[in-house]
Amino acid sequence: MAKENILGLSREDYKAGETTLCPGCGHNSISNQIISIAFDLGLKQENVIKMSGIGCSSKTPAYFLGRSHAFNAIHGRMPSVVTGATTANRSLTAIAVSGDGDSGSIGFGQFKHLIRRNVPMVYIIENNGVYGLTKGQFSATADEGQTLKYYGTNDLPPIDLALEAVISGCTFVARSFSGDSKQVQALLKAALSHNGTAVLDIISPCVTFNNSPDSTKSYPYGKEHEVPLHDIEFFTPDFVAAREEITAEYDEGEAITVEMHDGSHLRLKKVDEDYDPRSRAQAITTLERAYREQLFLTGLLYYEEPRPTLADTVGLGQTPLTQVETSKLRPSREALAKLMQGMM
Amino acid sequence: MGVADLQTEVQSGTSERIVNDVALMVATKNGSGSQTSNNLIVRALFKMGIPVNGKNLFPSNIKGLPTWYTIRASKDGYIARREITQIAVAMNEMTAAEDIANLPAGGVCILPGEWKWTQSREDVVYYEIPVKETLKQFDIPSERREQVGNMVYVGAVAWLFGLPLEILHEGLMDNFKGKQKPVQMNYQVIEAAYQWASENLVKRDPFVFEPMDKTQGKILITGNEAAGLGAIFGGMTVTAWYPITPSTSLVDSILDYQHLRKDPETGENTVAVIQAEDEIAAIGMIAGAGWAGARAMTATSGPGISLMAEFTGLAYFAEIPIVIWDVTRMGPSTGLPTRTSQGDILFTYFLGHGDTRQVILLPRDPAECFTFGWQAFDLADQLQTPVFVLSDLDIGMNNWMSDPFEYPDTPIQRGKLLDKESLEAFIADKGEWYRFRDYDKDGIGYRTVPGTDHPRAAFFTRGTGHNDRAVYSERSDDWLQNMGRLRRKFETARTLVPKPEIEYDPAKEIGVISFGSNDPAIREAQDRLAADGIHTNYLRIRALPLAGEVQEFIQKHERVYVVENNFDGQMAQLLHMDMPEDTTHVRSLALGDGLPMTPKWVHEQILQREQGN
Ligand SMILES: Cc1ncc(C[n+]2csc(CCOP(=O)(O)OP(=O)(O)O)c2C)c(N)n1
Ligand code: SF4
Ligand SMILES: [Mg+2]
Repeated sequence: MAKENILGLSREDYKAGETTLCPGCGHNSISNQIISIAFDLGLKQENVIKMSGIGCSSKTPAYFLGRSHAFNAIHGRMPSVVTGATTANRSLTAIAVSGDGDSGSIGFGQFKHLIRRNVPMVYIIENNGVYGLTKGQFSATADEGQTLKYYGTNDLPPIDLALEAVISGCTFVARSFSGDSKQVQALLKAALSHNGTAVLDIISPCVTFNNSPDSTKSYPYGKEHEVPLHDIEFFTPDFVAAREEITAEYDEGEAITVEMHDGSHLRLKKVDEDYDPRSRAQAITTLERAYREQLFLTGLLYYEEPRPTLADTVGLGQTPLTQVETSKLRPSREALAKLMQGMM
Repeated sequence: MGVADLQTEVQSGTSERIVNDVALMVATKNGSGSQTSNNLIVRALFKMGIPVNGKNLFPSNIKGLPTWYTIRASKDGYIARREITQIAVAMNEMTAAEDIANLPAGGVCILPGEWKWTQSREDVVYYEIPVKETLKQFDIPSERREQVGNMVYVGAVAWLFGLPLEILHEGLMDNFKGKQKPVQMNYQVIEAAYQWASENLVKRDPFVFEPMDKTQGKILITGNEAAGLGAIFGGMTVTAWYPITPSTSLVDSILDYQHLRKDPETGENTVAVIQAEDEIAAIGMIAGAGWAGARAMTATSGPGISLMAEFTGLAYFAEIPIVIWDVTRMGPSTGLPTRTSQGDILFTYFLGHGDTRQVILLPRDPAECFTFGWQAFDLADQLQTPVFVLSDLDIGMNNWMSDPFEYPDTPIQRGKLLDKESLEAFIADKGEWYRFRDYDKDGIGYRTVPGTDHPRAAFFTRGTGHNDRAVYSERSDDWLQNMGRLRRKFETARTLVPKPEIEYDPAKEIGVISFGSNDPAIREAQDRLAADGIHTNYLRIRALPLAGEVQEFIQKHERVYVVENNFDGQMAQLLHMDMPEDTTHVRSLALGDGLPMTPKWVHEQILQREQGN
């Protein structure tokens, strides 16, 4: 008998179609982590929407959570679609997958504006430094000075999507490596418990076009150079989908515990030096240092108690708009008559 | 002095009095606040029971450039724009010479007395009014002076032609929502100017306004305000937009009226309005919202439509209900951003790459903006496709005399939308449910929305090739089957969209086809043509795809003229494309000069061609 979760479902029940990506592609391992954590948490798939743009990465929602509605939109525009869908129904849990091309180039504006609005969602960027689907052009996150067979040398500095997220006002920003399944899983779980935009910039190697050891987006490089800022553990006594207020406390000495409203805990154990993800200034200087010194730092880079989400700032109540009874969607005959009378 | 007293003073030495049949033009500078004064005149005429229109012909500029406002009063109920205005209120020194030159013989010019000018025409009646002197009598804050200064011409016009002061006062109360201070500040100037005119001017022209009863039961409103109200009554729940002239006031109307949709029990909003970062995001948001089950819309104009092309193609192909208002302005490109046009017909009809066809509604006036405003959501939900509503700047931003809006005669239609229970029943009945399977042979499948608590409710929405089970497919047969079904759906749309309005008499050989805001110009031109012995039937297209009635109408006439406000004759081209064999006798009459269509032009064009026949 296969193991069952709280909903009586097996891990199998969280799968979907077979992947059509290249064998060994980093994106596949992220899909697997999503399946694992969704199973672990007992995520109710009917309440999840899987969202994406266009790219190899954006294809992956077809490979996990087969009982969830999915919307594979157009290149770079997934953020606006999530914005609309979660405004229409604020009770949905959005898990979105994008690429470095999808979010760092064509969709850069939408990426930043979504964060600014604090649309509650898990925003995964499967970052491989290239455009996989169009066969290996440099993306905006490619290493400066890197050389690729067809496209020569990239002379432009990279855009750091995690840094961009912090600067845009994101309240949950993490960087990870698709080869580090334990960390990816902990971050995904925490992101799902966050009531706001949670950006996960996950280095996810393209084994076909960008996997030589000197590329910072390759498996060999990641395996050798990854420096976790902390060990992350996620505790879920009882996963509750509704996520609201979160408080953070500093445990003397060795760990920072972020306690969530639903009773979940995120514990960040010190590895090397002190890193407090609750400081925006520290997040920015750390990312700056990582760039200057070519360090591959991973973990929860920045965390803050979520500010109001878009549904709140546009003045919606708790009832999802899609669940307002049809009878309440049209003002009365008398209301129109009164208006017309006033205009005569 | 009352209107009756005034009339006894009219010295109509040259000709008879001309009652309630005149066009007046006010020339000012943009940003000088003349909208308030002009609206005051229009409203006064309307309240006097005189059919009236008011059209703002304004520049793309916030302050300083010349702007003209034309007002037409017509006892016969004609509310099309007139090319020639008999009265010019020339308040802009920059354009005064031209404004005077454009007057017909016997025309009237009202202008500030403080200008240094030389009379250029003998055949025009001049009235000089002391704008600065009048203002000097009052203590008006400098930032208000320009706007309040416009009240001098309102007072003069009121005395010269007969607008009752009480009605102007009411109009100010209305405009300033009852706030005494601004009402008083403006009204004292009107009164003083009126007084001055009565003591110093001698009426030497024949034009007068007299109360009548031809506006009873009518309202005065812009198309954009009407469209916003239509959305409120259509159950719209999500609007995302990016500001652009001339569509902005449509969303303003939604904001103004959204309080009507507060949930009476919980007090919660049932409308969300998001100002997006651009039109791509705006339409992306409503695509997401429509997919999730909202009644979602956006409002934009040409440049925004261009940006929306990729998403509208996706929404067409992924079959997502959304409503897009295009309050059309003059293109190509940024074009004439504050001038009207009907130039987006072909672009929106085919909007999206590949073989895309969109549904379009074509309102003629505010009343239809209201009706199509709610109907568009029903159609979008029923057809599971984008529905465009192509209004234009003339309807959208100008005040139109309109019948009051009728309450929707059908309840809200959500189309083939399955919830948990109906999905269960569907599966029990059919043994299956697949998103794009054509169970009813009308091209329209059954949809579910996210959040439906059923393990089989989910499906994958994508812009890539798919079969009727919503599964990715690159197979040619799946592709062809899907495209064939979409075409079948378009044929269903043909039967569901609003039917054309037809006035047909078998004795008449000539047919006129038009749409949208041209309607008043066509009707007046028909009357003028009839006076010339040319009798015409009229069909007004109200939606695309074209209903079968359009083809029949064309077949039944010897000659058909298609009148439209664009350069290329786009609707005529569409007719030729849709029914090539039936349209050899269809001729295009297209004028895209940025201005609302006039009866004069339509009359002349048809007359010329008919006389050449
Ligand atoms: C408007 C538009 N332009 C270009 C493309 C072609 N295109 C498809 S995917 C892609 C890049 C994808 O790169 P990324 O987002 O990094 O995803 P990856 O394949 O690397 O996972 C491009 C340019 C497109 N689909 N749409
Ligand atoms: S091309 Fe690269 S990114 Fe795309 S599937 Fe293959 S390995 Fe993955
Ligand atoms: Mg990439």
